[in-house]
Amino acid sequence: MNFHAPVIEYRELLPILIVLGGALLGVLVEAFLPRARRYAFQVTISLGVVVAAFIAVVRLHGTSRLAAEGSVVVDGPTLFLQGTLLLLAICGVLLIAERGLDSGGGAFTAQASALPGSEAERTALVTGMIQTEIFPLTLFALGGALLFPAAGDLVTMFIALEVLSLPLYLMSGLARRRRLLSQEAALKYFLLGAFSSAFFLYGSALIYGYAGTVSLGGIREAISASAGNDMILLMGVGLVTVGLLFKVSAIPFHAWTPDVYQGAPTPVTAFMAAITKVAAFGAILRLFYVGLGGLRWDWRPMLTGIAMVTMILGAIFALTQTDMKRMLAYSSISHAGFVLAGVTAANRAGLQGSMFYLVTYGFATIGAFAIVTLVRDSTGEATHLSQWSGLGRRSPLIASTFALFLLAFAGIPLTSGFVAKFAVFAAAYSSGSIALVVVGVLSSAVAAFFYIRVIVLMFFSEPKKDGPTVVLPPLMTTAAITFAAAVTLVLGVLPGPLLDLAKSAARFTF
Amino acid sequence: MFPWLTTLGLIPLVGSTAVALLPKGRDLLAKQVAFGVSLIGLLLSLLMLIDFKKNSGDLQLVESHNWIASFGIKYAVGVDGIALMLVLLTTILTPIVILASWNEAEDGRFSVKTFFALLLVLETFLVGVFAATDVFLFYVFFEAMLIPVYFLIGSFGGAQRSYAAVKFLLYSLFGGMLMLAAVIALYVISKDQLGAGTFDFTALSHLHIDAHVQRWLFLGFFIAFAIKAPLWPFHTWLPDAVSASTPGTAVLLVGLLDKVGTFGMLRYSLPLFPDAAKYFTPLIIVLSVISVIYGALLAIGQTDIKRLIAFTSISHFGFITLGIFAMTSQGQSGATLYMVNHGFSTAALFLIAGWMISRRKSSLIADFGGLQRITPVMAWTFFIAGMSALALPGLSSFVSEFLVLVGTFTRYPWAAIIATGGIILAALYVLILVQRSLHGPVTPGNENLPDLTRREKIAIAPVLAIIIFLGFFPKPILDAINPAVTHTMQVVGVTDPAPTGGK
Repeated sequence: MNFHAPVIEYRELLPILIVLGGALLGVLVEAFLPRARRYAFQVTISLGVVVAAFIAVVRLHGTSRLAAEGSVVVDGPTLFLQGTLLLLAICGVLLIAERGLDSGGGAFTAQASALPGSEAERTALVTGMIQTEIFPLTLFALGGALLFPAAGDLVTMFIALEVLSLPLYLMSGLARRRRLLSQEAALKYFLLGAFSSAFFLYGSALIYGYAGTVSLGGIREAISASAGNDMILLMGVGLVTVGLLFKVSAIPFHAWTPDVYQGAPTPVTAFMAAITKVAAFGAILRLFYVGLGGLRWDWRPMLTGIAMVTMILGAIFALTQTDMKRMLAYSSISHAGFVLAGVTAANRAGLQGSMFYLVTYGFATIGAFAIVTLVRDSTGEATHLSQWSGLGRRSPLIASTFALFLLAFAGIPLTSGFVAKFAVFAAAYSSGSIALVVVGVLSSAVAAFFYIRVIVLMFFSEPKKDGPTVVLPPLMTTAAITFAAAVTLVLGVLPGPLLDLAKSAARFTF
Repeated sequence: MFPWLTTLGLIPLVGSTAVALLPKGRDLLAKQVAFGVSLIGLLLSLLMLIDFKKNSGDLQLVESHNWIASFGIKYAVGVDGIALMLVLLTTILTPIVILASWNEAEDGRFSVKTFFALLLVLETFLVGVFAATDVFLFYVFFEAMLIPVYFLIGSFGGAQRSYAAVKFLLYSLFGGMLMLAAVIALYVISKDQLGAGTFDFTALSHLHIDAHVQRWLFLGFFIAFAIKAPLWPFHTWLPDAVSASTPGTAVLLVGLLDKVGTFGMLRYSLPLFPDAAKYFTPLIIVLSVISVIYGALLAIGQTDIKRLIAFTSISHFGFITLGIFAMTSQGQSGATLYMVNHGFSTAALFLIAGWMISRRKSSLIADFGGLQRITPVMAWTFFIAGMSALALPGLSSFVSEFLVLVGTFTRYPWAAIIATGGIILAALYVLILVQRSLHGPVTPGNENLPDLTRREKIAIAPVLAIIIFLGFFPKPILDAINPAVTHTMQVVGVTDPAPTGGK
């Protein structure tokens, strides 16, 4: 028996390896460096690693090949989404590293293991022993996210999903304030996430039973040869889809989203909302376009229905929210529906549109949550909607920037969101889903209502006397918000270059 | 060739940025800069006429650059006679509104300079929306102009401003979303038929769209325009928006922004979907006639001056849509002329009414009375503006109303006859307003009202002069409009009915 030594294409895997290596380095720093010097090291490592990985992605531009024995695919969509993820991660790390906002230093609890309200917690607070485990966790999650859209088989996809998710479960529970809420969010996220992972695994097993392979290319061939039992295949596809749709929080798999987004520390929410969705949609696109491309007549009606329900219900639920973070959570749910509308097109325009949408959504989301961290009162962030009234009077610049993000969410022309909506709807319409487009524009109209309600609140309502103060944003948060706002505006006015890039990248290798 | 239209659009935008960047507290300077910038715009738009050939129905002063290449979207602008008139209306009314609104922004939610910066941004978007020849670009301006108006109403208006601003925005956005669906469909159809997707207006008007699909797409565009215009039953946002906004905003809103609706019907709905337009014509004629009568009847019943003017506008927009969908050259020329005239006559009404209201601190008609004796100049100017609203012969509105009715009568005599009733009702609402507010005994509280200031006289004089001039000599405008109307009718494929009289 010959032993076939696996060939690892290190150059192609470099972005992922850099990030995971950085994460390991972070663990060592956490273990061996004196506490006082950890923060500076961790921030430097995290930012350095993300930037280095981004440069590695840029240098791979134009690559299109299988790597690591076919379990990782480095092609246009992979590189486009990895680049997006890394740029979003820069903003995310900046927000997570911010310590100038909360009087206690940072948004994270000093010692996660200390029970809320216990003596140990007080000691940790008083002595200022702040742990910095959040940074390696962030990098691990990012590493999983980078692998997710590149996974060339279902097992790698599952591993990526877990590497992405497990750190996020922990990070959700690390809030400094309202710790019980945060820990509850983490637990919910973990339980439901574990559940959905099980769905994904079971589905993979069924698909393996049908195709005799877990590689997406193999599944594609098996489907086109149409051997085996279709029932097993369809059940497998359904279960795998549940696992993935859970990650992008499409309705009806969205129930965790508002609680987790609300409970998690806001910098983590920003990071997670942007990163998870981009990575998971990358995986969805690859799975449905490559592995299940031959089955599109079966999955398109299903995804079309889910997209419609997600767009409409996401917008309607958002209407009833009174908490800013929950409202943004429902808005993010509704956006999942819009991206799904692009996915259902099942052609290159759909791939291009969905990828462009993910970029615009990611930056607007990170920017919006970053601004939520700035509006604070004595108990921390002031997230109740009523506390935002009159914000436009007291800090016009912050309020205007937030309004920009909201207008982008609503899809008003001259913001990135409009071009993105146009791209996905045009793709969906050209593939014949006219009803989807009509439902889409109508739910945009509903969604516009609650975005505008916030703008009214900020600009046209009287400020409250004991309302929250808007902190003058410290350097790192300012940088993140400025970057997100610039992307949102530039992609609204001059989207051409990025659309072209997405178009040229919109070709899968298998 | 010199990029006239782009420059014309950029000047207010640059001016707006300059105004916004002025230091706080320099309100007077902000006003002066805004006024100066709008005058430069006016001057430029007049200079632009040198390069405009009057006898051609084609798009002129055309510019075209790639914008978003992967969707075939271009930055393309150009005007025919119809668009030119509306661009001119914009550049003429903006300085007048700025001058007339000199002290309107003082008690707004935001600084005074914000008000004038928003006015100038709005001018940019209005020039853009009238000049765009790329449907996508048109849509971008169509939606983008909502934002400055939203803040103009919501930040500087009266008691109900937040409510009115949101209502205005939601109505418009809803219409805009329907139009977006239709725009996307057009793009996809053009991609199927031409090989590459395009938004070029001329190319799109040559598509062969299935009759059934055409109807849906027509509705997508038409409802957006009917909301904007506003046509009954899509009108309910207008009275609220107008009565909550400052007079200057109201002029821009009713005089210019709403014209985008009727302009869109003429420019986009008809040539892009000719068959569907013909299919829906009877329905739209009925809606127009209802608008004419309904707007007039409700105007009679109003107790608030601004709401009254808003309802007269609904009636007048009924006339304009009637003229457009009569599908005759007199009707469409008349409708276009009506858009221009209505712009000036509402401007006069709103501005003078605004001055009356700011002096009296009340907008109720009952609070006025006997102004003729106390403030004769204000009373006389208001009287002329009122006469122009009821289309008195010799004033500009008469010509356009007459043309619309003649044009409609040749095809839909019954509609013309009923709409003529609107003229009688117009006489009623204007004369009741004039009689109650200007004549009769002086209502207590009005004894010491000051007459128009010099600034106000300077602002209103050109408007009244234009109203009277166009009443006697509408030829220059009609000469520019007629070729464009003929061209539109050719594209739609309709001809004037042969005269049947003489028996």
